[in-house]
Amino acid sequence: MSAATRPSKLFKNLNAKIASIPMILTALCVFVGGTTWTVVYSFTDSKLLPRLRFVGIEQYERLWASQRWIVSIENLAIYGILSLVFSLVIGFLLAALLDQKIRFEDTFRTIFLYPFALSFIVTGLVWQWILNPQFGVQGIVRGLGWESFSFDPLYNADIVIYGIMIAGLWQGTGLVMCLMLAGLRGIDEDIWKAARVDGIPMWKTYLFIVIPMMRPVFITTLVIIASGIVKLYDLVVAQTGGGPGNASEVPAKYVYEFMFRAQNLGQGFAASTMMLLTVAIIVVPWAYLEFGRRR
Amino acid sequence: MSNPATLAATVAGADAIAAELGGPSGPRPRVTFSRRNIILYGTLIFAAIYYLIPLYVMVVTSLKGMPEIRLGNIFSPPIEITFEPWVKAWATACTGLNCDGLSRGFWNSVRITVPSVVLSIAIASVNGYALANWRFKGADLFFTILIFGAFIPYQVMIYPIVIMLREIGLYGSLTGLVIVHSIFGMPILTLLFRNYFSSLPEELFKAARVDGAGFWGIYLRIMLPMSLPIFVVAVILQVTGIWNDFLFGVVYTRPDTYPMTVQLNNIVNSTQGVKEYNVNMAATIITGLVPLAIYFISGKLFVRGIAAGAVKG
Repeated sequence: MSAATRPSKLFKNLNAKIASIPMILTALCVFVGGTTWTVVYSFTDSKLLPRLRFVGIEQYERLWASQRWIVSIENLAIYGILSLVFSLVIGFLLAALLDQKIRFEDTFRTIFLYPFALSFIVTGLVWQWILNPQFGVQGIVRGLGWESFSFDPLYNADIVIYGIMIAGLWQGTGLVMCLMLAGLRGIDEDIWKAARVDGIPMWKTYLFIVIPMMRPVFITTLVIIASGIVKLYDLVVAQTGGGPGNASEVPAKYVYEFMFRAQNLGQGFAASTMMLLTVAIIVVPWAYLEFGRRR
Repeated sequence: MSNPATLAATVAGADAIAAELGGPSGPRPRVTFSRRNIILYGTLIFAAIYYLIPLYVMVVTSLKGMPEIRLGNIFSPPIEITFEPWVKAWATACTGLNCDGLSRGFWNSVRITVPSVVLSIAIASVNGYALANWRFKGADLFFTILIFGAFIPYQVMIYPIVIMLREIGLYGSLTGLVIVHSIFGMPILTLLFRNYFSSLPEELFKAARVDGAGFWGIYLRIMLPMSLPIFVVAVILQVTGIWNDFLFGVVYTRPDTYPMTVQLNNIVNSTQGVKEYNVNMAATIITGLVPLAIYFISGKLFVRGIAAGAVKG
């Protein structure tokens, strides 16, 4: 600011500047400052307390040599890709169904969206109960006479992440549906009329006309779901606690464990920096496209 | 959302003529049991049942006694309805050394949520107002940082904030958690308010300026009364978000100040003692009641809140 030469400029909009102090502090101290701090300290060998003794990329080497971290990355990749695909497909299908001028639209929408109001903790605990091998789905099917039926995702290390995904989809598809519905309602009615006049079947209209037109909605939804997926933490804690063993470990939980339980801060910082990098890979191209085009 | 004009349009090909004539005129097209309708409603009802099952299971389980749970399956309705699990979950369930149930966590959550909602909305609305009407040099830069900050994983920033709170002596206190919630609520709320205030007619602002009103005068006397809906949306967004938070609760509070979600998780996932599934489910419903109530009462405003938060973000 060129305040020194022209003091009137600094005071010109003084109230607005004073009112923005919390925002400026948050932006600079927490978001920029905090992030920089963590990235810098991820190159140190901090243990119980943060200290500035740099060890290069040693923490990262140890991180990628750790089986637990590899498992958590694999889990996040499986969970992320599958829940992206499923929530987009299911969300869009539900929205398309609701967009058929049906009756009780509000009732259906309310039902599909209510899980979104619940916390991940509540979601995780309910599904932990439903997937309980003794009393839940598996127990019931066995009780019906199919004794060898096996469906215990939360106690089977190979498929535990799918058990978590079922719960995650239940909680999150309502939001996707809502966003898609808003997108569908934004399509001009004349497009539909024109397609009908041309005799194009409905599914073709959706696939080749409507969906390409909804590209911005899809991209925004994608970014929202993706940045939510990276934060996946509460659901795992509630549903499995990371178990069995470390089979359902995810990066966010790995970070927490190393920062606050294992008292190995450097590992935690390195892992969280990797999370930041993941998000940056998703967000930066999107922001570039979104805001680059606008200017 | 579904006005008659759009209602009439795509029921079947036969309605094409009616649609061309302008839709809403003429009688409502009869809903018939066509194959299309059966598939359409069948799919929707099937999906609705899937979404409702967990809620049903929660309620049913919480009303059964433990012997009945051990015998039956989770979907069967209770033979003998008992409210004991609810009472126990609320008043006597144990987490660690405390045996006063979820009530402690509930009041902690209230003490966290109310000030956090008020503070975060107060800050963000003034921010949004300044950004929309009193832009100063550099304001947009901070705003951009703020918006990008919304995407940074919390894990990257939690430890530096632990240090900051420890330095000012607020680590582990409810006040500290309130500050954290206000910080992380800021990006989305500021965006919400900035967009709303920008959409108000500028003449209004200019007229007030000509009449000599200042920054706070315009905010309090003109902007506030005009923006009740957006405040309601913000309150809905914040109450559900903060009530449902787990990560910040677990990082920034101590066992006696744990919010409800953390306490719930500790009750249900505690490894000691016999698992009382009915009490667990009762506790889970109680925790979910506040956001559910807000959701069902607010209806379309909730949808508007998440749409505003999401699409424009």
